[in-house]
Amino acid sequence: MNEMTKIETTLKDWETDQEVRWCPGCGDYAILKAVQRTLPQLGADPKNTCFISGIGCSSRFPYYMETYGFHTIHGRAPAFATGVKLANPDLDIWLVTGDGDGLSIGGNHMMHVLRRNVNMQIMLFNNEIYGLTKGQFSPTSREGTPSPSTPIGSYDRPANPAGFAIGAGARFIGRGFDVSKNLPDVLKAAHAHQGAAFIEIFQNCIVYNKDVFNDFAAPKGAGDRQLWLEHGKPMLFGDPKAGFDKGIALDRDTLQLKVVEATEENWEEAGVLVHDAKNRVIAHMLIEMPFGPFPMALGVIYDDPAPTFEAAVAGERAKATKGKTANLAKLLGSGQTWTVDDKQGHPTD
Amino acid sequence: MATQAADTPDQSAQNDAPDAVVVRFAGDSGDGMQLTGGQFTLSTALAGNDLATFPDFPAEIRAPQGTLFGVSAFQINFGSRSINTAGDAPDVLVAMNPAALKVNLDALKPGGLIIIDTGEFTKRNLDKAKYDVSPLEDDSLAKYDVLAFDISELTIEAVKPFGLGNKDALRSKNMWTLGLALWMFDRERAPIEDWLKAKFKSKPEIADANIAALNAGHAYGETAELSGPLKQLTMPPVPSEPGLYRTITGAEAVSLGLVAGAQLAELPMFFGGYPITPASAILHHLVRLKEYDVTTFQAEDEIAAICAAIGASYAGSLGVTSSSGPGIALKGEAMGLAIMTELPLVIVNSQRGGPSTGLPTKTEQSDLYQAVYGRNGDAPMPVIAARSPGDAFEVAIEACRIAVEYMTPVMLLTDGYIANAAEPWAVPDPASYEPFPAKFLEEKNGPANDDGEASLLPYKRDEKGARPWIKPGTPELMHRIGGIEKAIDTGHIDYAPENHQAMTDARIGKVAGVSVPDQDIAAGEAGGKLAVVGWGSTYGPIHQAVNRSRAKGMDVSHIHVRHICPMPANLGELLKGYDKVLVPEMNTGQFKTILRDQFLVDAQPLNKTSGQPFTIAELEAAIEGALS
Repeated sequence: MNEMTKIETTLKDWETDQEVRWCPGCGDYAILKAVQRTLPQLGADPKNTCFISGIGCSSRFPYYMETYGFHTIHGRAPAFATGVKLANPDLDIWLVTGDGDGLSIGGNHMMHVLRRNVNMQIMLFNNEIYGLTKGQFSPTSREGTPSPSTPIGSYDRPANPAGFAIGAGARFIGRGFDVSKNLPDVLKAAHAHQGAAFIEIFQNCIVYNKDVFNDFAAPKGAGDRQLWLEHGKPMLFGDPKAGFDKGIALDRDTLQLKVVEATEENWEEAGVLVHDAKNRVIAHMLIEMPFGPFPMALGVIYDDPAPTFEAAVAGERAKATKGKTANLAKLLGSGQTWTVDDKQGHPTD
Repeated sequence: MATQAADTPDQSAQNDAPDAVVVRFAGDSGDGMQLTGGQFTLSTALAGNDLATFPDFPAEIRAPQGTLFGVSAFQINFGSRSINTAGDAPDVLVAMNPAALKVNLDALKPGGLIIIDTGEFTKRNLDKAKYDVSPLEDDSLAKYDVLAFDISELTIEAVKPFGLGNKDALRSKNMWTLGLALWMFDRERAPIEDWLKAKFKSKPEIADANIAALNAGHAYGETAELSGPLKQLTMPPVPSEPGLYRTITGAEAVSLGLVAGAQLAELPMFFGGYPITPASAILHHLVRLKEYDVTTFQAEDEIAAICAAIGASYAGSLGVTSSSGPGIALKGEAMGLAIMTELPLVIVNSQRGGPSTGLPTKTEQSDLYQAVYGRNGDAPMPVIAARSPGDAFEVAIEACRIAVEYMTPVMLLTDGYIANAAEPWAVPDPASYEPFPAKFLEEKNGPANDDGEASLLPYKRDEKGARPWIKPGTPELMHRIGGIEKAIDTGHIDYAPENHQAMTDARIGKVAGVSVPDQDIAAGEAGGKLAVVGWGSTYGPIHQAVNRSRAKGMDVSHIHVRHICPMPANLGELLKGYDKVLVPEMNTGQFKTILRDQFLVDAQPLNKTSGQPFTIAELEAAIEGALS
């Protein structure tokens, strides 16, 4: 995001008059509402807000936001967004993409927008399936996913979006899921981050991949399966009402994370790690924790700002143009020139 | 190219006082032949001669030394009359090694002069060039004048005082050769010395060594004249209009024209590019012009380069991208989006030989179908083509004008020949161009809705068929655009049959209605026996061939088309005034097909796809054939 004057708006101000065309019950509705609820809290200004998307179910998002919006082509939204941001760094850009758009056809552009650190929020809706093309497996589908193109189950090893992002050099990694009440907090942190903020949002495709995230997203027993990270707080999980009963610690012999029994009282003795959002190594371990033996790491996993691309471009411009003024006539007549000063055509220099 | 309008008929170079000479410098790709040629071009321009050049180099950066495929050549045609082409056959060939001799000998005029560095005619180099016997030792060069001497050794001698090792000393061989060439054509050495001092500012000993080599080559000329085939030739300057001149390559001219175009549109320019031969030079030029409100972005690929440029146009800059055929193919889908969202964009295609990777460093005009037709759906886009390096400046401005006035992507075609070739250019006054300032919508432009509030119509068209340009950040004008078919006026998603019909018609109609000047006649008359119709870089050879044929009394005219889509309104009628229409192209007949399609004229093809420009002689023969 950018430094900006705060504007008073309500959720209604961010809704368009267009009929939302996602399937009834789609997780996208919840994400749309979470974003529309978050923007007034940020004091965001609709005229300076721009949603840019690629192709896919998630990429219809801009049509439902009363802001500037650009629904581009498959996989290329990061490239369009980079051009928009360089042309007008004052715009607050939200990129909307999916697991197919952002990691399959557009994986290359995703890598480069992250490593360049172009200042924007990147919401990758991960539903582990191609929805708009009717249910083929995607690059994040789990092995064995039956689909029209893999009738007896997929055999590709899935990509880990947050792992890809941190590997590409992202300086902010957040995770949430569509119906989570904490999603707006993750969005706010992403917005506060100066630079490319990558948010993986698990999203339920109720038609082609229904409830695939229920193993950790279902309300029942969520405490045991979700690790909500907060900077400066111990990594505890379990039933919050009972003061938690487990934590994440580091096995210093194998340099791997481990689950230990711990409570809000004894977590320090139990060796539970305190979340440091600037620790890239631990962030990477949290992202890669195998779900099952471990809970799903959610919230702001990594947040360590670095200079943005548009600032670097502006800095380079200042350096390159120092002491230079634009003079087109002079420019055209520069280089290896000579003057003909009479009709006989004798050059004079 | 011509610095005067009239063209004098060819006078054979065999005459005692030729009014034009063709020199080809050829050597190993590491020998610095392009640099030698470039500096010789400068001295030629400073001497007031008209000129055209043809750099011809291999795709390999440092091909294995001494090999046939590693030969790099630079040809220049210059004279005291108007010059349109780099010349058919060289009068002088400078061959820095056996491979350079072998590759270029066939092109040389009978009786031409060959200057040979015997120091490189070793057994090893002769083997690499696949010579069984040294051509210096049999009679294979009998029909030429040969001046063979050890340039390598002479260079080492010349730079000895500067304490360079043999390897470094031999790097100055090209300057020694340039010194000799400067003597041959009675040229000043001072500008080259200044250039060397500036180039090696931080290494003055290298500058001094090179200057010593240059002087030694020059001095050798004087000595050799006494006893050999070498003669000094003074070529008087071409009478030109008074004014300021410079040499310019097509890549420079495109870059300057884009800067001028953006300034005339009063817009910042955003250039998205990805390295590709021969288009990269445009990125290299623009990156140095940031004070003209130019932002350059080297993207991760061709697709990202155009997408970022479209994003910048969406945000209110003039987006520009540039590539060559393979890169243009990758950009196709994004071009469709620019057409659909009706955003201004300039796409420069420096064409090269294809298909696929093809001939990266050689020239061809074979991307014409790609430019005119190469997108999915009915995706109309204006296409204009530059005919020479200097003309590329005008065409780039025209591309910017059309893009901004009609809210459309525009394809600007040049080719490898235009991009790399240099010619003298009368520096234009930027104030002489009519500005075409871009207008942005500032307030709602539609009728009041039920609440009495004005509405926004992002796709409401003006008299030209263009939609308004709306910058994100403008209060109250938030709206969404995208690649899905949009409803008339409102731009909302709309798949209705009658809407798609209407929007398709509107897009086609807008491009068809782009205002382009009437077609002029480059040489000859409106009507007659034969029109030779060209586009792009074939201008020079066609123009010379037509003028020579006319001087012989033939009824032939030259028409050269800049606006390929849409075509000038009078072109169809004009072509119908000729008995025959001949279309020379460096492809297999693409423009011929488009002309047939547009006007039902019996356009006949004359095709060449060797990666080399047409020679004047080839075209003269074709004209003669068509008229017999």
